[in-house]
Amino acid sequence: MSKSPATRTARRERPLSPHLTIYRPPITMTMSIIHRITGGALYFGTLLVAAWLMAAASSQGAFDWVNWAFGTWLGRLILFGYTWALMHHMLGGVRHLVWDTGAGLEKHTASKIAWTTLAGSVLLTLLIWVAGYMARGAL
Amino acid sequence: MSGNKSNDMRTPLAKVRGLGSSHEGTQHFWRQRLTALANIPLTLFFVGFLIALNGAGYAEVRAALANPFVALVMILFLISGLYHMRLGMQVIIEDYVISEGLKLLTIALSTFFTIAVGVASIFALLKLAFGG
Repeated sequence: MSKSPATRTARRERPLSPHLTIYRPPITMTMSIIHRITGGALYFGTLLVAAWLMAAASSQGAFDWVNWAFGTWLGRLILFGYTWALMHHMLGGVRHLVWDTGAGLEKHTASKIAWTTLAGSVLLTLLIWVAGYMARGAL
Repeated sequence: MSGNKSNDMRTPLAKVRGLGSSHEGTQHFWRQRLTALANIPLTLFFVGFLIALNGAGYAEVRAALANPFVALVMILFLISGLYHMRLGMQVIIEDYVISEGLKLLTIALSTFFTIAVGVASIFALLKLAFGG
């Protein structure tokens, strides 16, 4: 019996599927992952809000300690990250609410919205911090 | 057996209830959206409030939080935000925790965490609002 054509030409070069090593994630995919990560971060970030409120309701000493911790460079870095996570998750959430109506789902539109919300989250975070420093007269 | 509904294995009662295999229909999805919508203005208020209070001392912060309007909006922010985050964490847990027992346990712990944070925060706000 002769070999079937498929067996004889098995060594022929065939196109390969896009592989993980050369796959560039689209911005919508990256934003989806960041949305979940920021959501998870905000979950634990509520501990900071609770600590602040409980300290304010407890005593001068407790409040001063929390205020000091938030004011250290590490504290400020965490709060800066918290601000960005909040803004990113909020704008990403607005994006999802728009999608829920059926609008903005076209591929290129969705990518544009994704880039816009990313830029918007960075911009809002910077604005909030500039405004915060202005409020205390540091700028 | 003919007719386009012949493959539907659901009982008439199940069809009327419309809750599907989750037994809760779209409740989780819908509440996540409702709290998401509420969170937008509440978050903007919270951020604006913190900007205005930045650098304020103990007495000033206590006085600001004791304001009835601030206290009420802060309580709404906490309830809506915490409810939303509990729903979100449930989805994350359901996606990544395979074992049924561990899944149930972590979702329960997440609920306890949410309630603990909420009760502690709201108690602090009420204490301040009712004269510290």
